[in-house]
Amino acid sequence: MSTATLQGSVNFDVSAAVGASMTAGHALTEKVDGIRHVENPKLSLRKLNFFYGKFQGLYDINMNIPACQVTALIGPSGCGKSTLLRTLNRIYDLYPGQRAEGEIIMDGCNLLEKGRDVNLLRAKIGMVFQKPTPFPMSIYDNIAFGVKLYEKLSKAQMDERVEWALRKAALWDEVKDKLKQSGTALSGGQQQRLCIARSIAVKPEVILFDEPTSALDPISTLKIEELINELKTEFTVVIVTHNMQQAARVSDYTAFMYLGRLVEYDHTSIIFTKPGKKETEDYITGRFG
Amino acid sequence: MELYTRRRLLNRINLTASLLTTILALSFLVWIIAVLFIKGFSAIHWGLFTEMTPPPGAQGGGLANALVGSLMLTIAAILIGTPIGILAGTYLAEYGKYGLFSEIVRTINDVLLSAPSIIIGVFVYELIVIRQGHYSGWAGAVALAIIVIPVVLRTTENMLKLVPIHMREAAAALGAPRWKVIVQVVYKAAVAGIVTGVLLATARITGETAPLLFTALNNQFWSTDMNGPLANLPVVIFQFAMSPYDDWRELAWAAALLITVLVLGMNILTRTLLRDRK
Repeated sequence: MSTATLQGSVNFDVSAAVGASMTAGHALTEKVDGIRHVENPKLSLRKLNFFYGKFQGLYDINMNIPACQVTALIGPSGCGKSTLLRTLNRIYDLYPGQRAEGEIIMDGCNLLEKGRDVNLLRAKIGMVFQKPTPFPMSIYDNIAFGVKLYEKLSKAQMDERVEWALRKAALWDEVKDKLKQSGTALSGGQQQRLCIARSIAVKPEVILFDEPTSALDPISTLKIEELINELKTEFTVVIVTHNMQQAARVSDYTAFMYLGRLVEYDHTSIIFTKPGKKETEDYITGRFG
Repeated sequence: MELYTRRRLLNRINLTASLLTTILALSFLVWIIAVLFIKGFSAIHWGLFTEMTPPPGAQGGGLANALVGSLMLTIAAILIGTPIGILAGTYLAEYGKYGLFSEIVRTINDVLLSAPSIIIGVFVYELIVIRQGHYSGWAGAVALAIIVIPVVLRTTENMLKLVPIHMREAAAALGAPRWKVIVQVVYKAAVAGIVTGVLLATARITGETAPLLFTALNNQFWSTDMNGPLANLPVVIFQFAMSPYDDWRELAWAAALLITVLVLGMNILTRTLLRDRK
């Protein structure tokens, strides 16, 4: 079985990811209460169920998401990976009829608790979407918008913050002379990096990426993947991707989901070389999905 | 092959028919505008903008009081109607998307949109003019505002619905409360469309006569008092065009031309705004 997996995953050029994770060296085989043990979890999901009205989108998800690492969610379309991501910042709250049950614990508090200020929560857990969504305002204002919500900064401090965020998102050099121009005039890849800069600018603790490169060309994709790799030094990153090579390239941990359930969750290197479950192996070797 | 020839023939007949009907429809418009320009242009002189509407039998005279009155009525109506229309449109598009109440509001708005304006005039006559005991500019402004509201409401709702849902999600994901998402992001994305709606409504009320006959009526003298009868272009046209005096009819032509040019200008402006948005 392991040879089959290896052969299958050779296509996916996982060698870099394998090397990186192997040196981390923790054997993540032991389970505590049926939950994969993870050092220093930032988010802990306990018995998470999700409903779109009567339709159940997620079933009993238990998962620890490590701090300052990149965790990828993979699986075929409709498996619930985006749904899972959207529960983490409660963006689903915008739609009546969608609800989550269970617990998502961050810093000792349950995010799903009633009466929690979801806006404050979303300032701590940023999100970057599939389609670049610059606001119809200048590049500068795009970034200042989120910052102004929770901080009162002087003009100089704001300038500094905007530059900091744009530098972090590797966009500064391209836009520093046209900060007053509309954000919608940028190219697709630049727009997506602007959206990343916008999320970073509010200094969140976690950043969620929902297929951030699926609308971009390969070069922009590469830039954003490099960016994600750098972001994990400061932020906890969770990324949904339908591109397995991407998961292998950027993530430290990978969760494979199928039909609303978490099938397998482990070091990326293990998922892509010797997955424990038949479904995972079938998926990553391209037998379905 | 025979089938092909027949199709070509049919195609040609249909094309000719639709072309002819288009020309027929447009020719009336061209006719109206041509007559307006020929008759109206000769009546236009500087005095129109400085002199008052003349009393019967007097020589000369202008439209200054009617122009100012129309301007005041239109501005007041837009100021009253626009906020109501925009807020109600926002409610329908952002808050009460699917509720029964929203459906009812939408239906009533559609009815109001096509309500004969004379009925709105009579309604405001009953509501304000009778109670006050006299005609007034305010009554006229309210009647026009009732025409403005459904137009602005409908365009606002439609334009807000065109703003992609991702935009709202992206703003909410930064921690913005709902009202800030709407005011600072969604409105900005829809502003050209909403302004278009307001301009369309302005164009619509500029030429409305029936509601003003029952409310602002007319005033032969200079007046900027919204509490009293107020002169305005449509009613001046109505009264002067049917008068036996040549001078008056001349003024009516001039007034008609002015209104047409104004409405035309506003329509062109609207189209430009909408085109730039794309």
